[in-house]
Amino acid sequence: MEGLYAFCVGLLTACGIFLALRGRTFPVVVGLTLLSYGVNLFLFASGRLKLNSAAVLGQSAQHSDPLPQALVLTAIVIGFAMTAFVVILAMRARADLGNDHVDGRLPEAPKPRLARRSGGQ
Amino acid sequence: MMQHLAILPILIPLFTGAMLLLPPFRDILNRQRSLALVSVALQVIFAAMLLVTAASEGTQMYVLGDWQPPFGIVLVADRLSSMLVLLTTLLCAGALLYSCAGHDKSGQYFHSLFMFQVMGINGAFLTGDIFNLFVFFEVLLIASYALLVHGGGKQKTQAAVHYVILNLIGSSLFLFGLGILYGTLGTLNIADMAIQVRMLDESEAILAKAGGLLLLLVFGLKAALLPLHFWLPRTYASASAPVATLFAIMTKVGIYSIFRVHTVVFGEEANLLANIALPWLWPMAMGTLAIGTLGVFASPTLRVMTANLVIISAGTLLIAAALQTEHATSAALYYLVHSTLVTGALFLIADLISRQRGKAEDRFVKSRAMAQPRLLGFAFVIAALAIIGLPPLSGFVGKVLIMRAAESTAEIIWIWPLILISSLMVLVAISRAGTTLFWRVTSTSSSEEQVHPLEIAGITLLLAASPLLVIFGGPVTEFTADAAHQLHDLTQSVNALLPNSTALSGGNH
Repeated sequence: MEGLYAFCVGLLTACGIFLALRGRTFPVVVGLTLLSYGVNLFLFASGRLKLNSAAVLGQSAQHSDPLPQALVLTAIVIGFAMTAFVVILAMRARADLGNDHVDGRLPEAPKPRLARRSGGQ
Repeated sequence: MMQHLAILPILIPLFTGAMLLLPPFRDILNRQRSLALVSVALQVIFAAMLLVTAASEGTQMYVLGDWQPPFGIVLVADRLSSMLVLLTTLLCAGALLYSCAGHDKSGQYFHSLFMFQVMGINGAFLTGDIFNLFVFFEVLLIASYALLVHGGGKQKTQAAVHYVILNLIGSSLFLFGLGILYGTLGTLNIADMAIQVRMLDESEAILAKAGGLLLLLVFGLKAALLPLHFWLPRTYASASAPVATLFAIMTKVGIYSIFRVHTVVFGEEANLLANIALPWLWPMAMGTLAIGTLGVFASPTLRVMTANLVIISAGTLLIAAALQTEHATSAALYYLVHSTLVTGALFLIADLISRQRGKAEDRFVKSRAMAQPRLLGFAFVIAALAIIGLPPLSGFVGKVLIMRAAESTAEIIWIWPLILISSLMVLVAISRAGTTLFWRVTSTSSSEEQVHPLEIAGITLLLAASPLLVIFGGPVTEFTADAAHQLHDLTQSVNALLPNSTALSGGNH
């Protein structure tokens, strides 16, 4: 179970970071969302993974740590609000700046080599 | 009332911010202004009371819901926290006075957002556990996102996209760091973490080290540490003046967190993890100072220049943090108060200058004269003298204190030239900027634009701190020395905060 869980967190985080490094706002927003999913799973695991143990005393033979669950709830709520905000901001930027690049302007296409050589002459 | 003093700096802005959205105040700007100003006056009074109480009666602990630490949520108002809370409210008072002259008209909900941001900053200074540090970071950040785009405009949106995305990634990293630390230390209370960190065995220490360094990364992002500072100049320069002034304290929240976490938890006594931040902090802090100085030299406008001055002050403070001694911390606290207020004032002055120069705004180019060159010039000179660090103002005292905190020869060889050369270059750059702004003029002014009395009041409030910090330099440095002592003395900053763990604290040595 631990191996699979760790793999999932790692995969989510890797995808999140890859997408967050893209140049357009939409992949970046999706990347941030994936990153926050990875974080939530990770936080949940920080109280150790246990089967058949409730976070309430007396409900099961062993009890699991309730604090990470509370932390994850808080993190989910905050992450949700932030995602909503960043989506709105991305739409606003698209409207204000006329394109959806994170820098607000499209990078200039690299000039073909031939053209540059002729420009230097 | 007195026993609830520690939570008032969080509650007052929270309720003021909420009340401003409700009917008697909603939609009527004058009522909003009066309520906000009254609230800020109250906050200053209570913050001052908290400071006096924390100094005379020792650290104030506020245990929410009476769940005794290390469980539950606790607010800790020691000398350092209460001093920074007072600083925040003063800065907020200056910025708010200025904004009441008409800057709050450019969009809705300005005053509410302003209050929520102050609440987040105060909360970050007061909280005693690290998860609430995260929560208050988010509170202040989400308010700052909205304040940054307040008023609208292309530049603001463009700057905000970078700022928001960077900080969201920072928040994720913060949570990763928290998760690792909770998984290894089993606690989130900062004082308790400081005790648990001594008992780690080697395999867990490596994990905890990763967590601690992730936190350093996040705090470095907030504090504008060298490779993470690129967002700052454009963000601060594009924000409206009162907002930029309030933002001047945000880098200091990051620096405060570095002091709190990496001095108390990962400080000298952390066994395997003692001083994990230092190898990173040293080169980065010096690099920050150097790059900030170059930035000041290369700035095309007064606002960008002021933003780069914020980076310089962050670099200077981080150098003091890297020194890790009581003297250095004390000097850093003095310099922190000075630099926050003066850079805040400089943002306001830049806005006034930009308004009176018409199309040229605050760019360093030849343009028409200002309507009130004497008034603005006077304010500019005072702010410039203070920020460069020329006597007799507070920047001089602050920089001397930091340089005197360097003890070993190696420290002196690195720090003295860096700070002195940086000051010299800032002196040259600011003189050039002032000469261009005030003396290279084409014609007499045709502008009718006059400075509003409230704007002068705001700037005076912030700038008056500089001479006052010198005149009352004795008591102030005494206080910062006590605050630094409290932070570095673990019996005060750790054991005193954990009433139930006397057994644990016995085994420290």
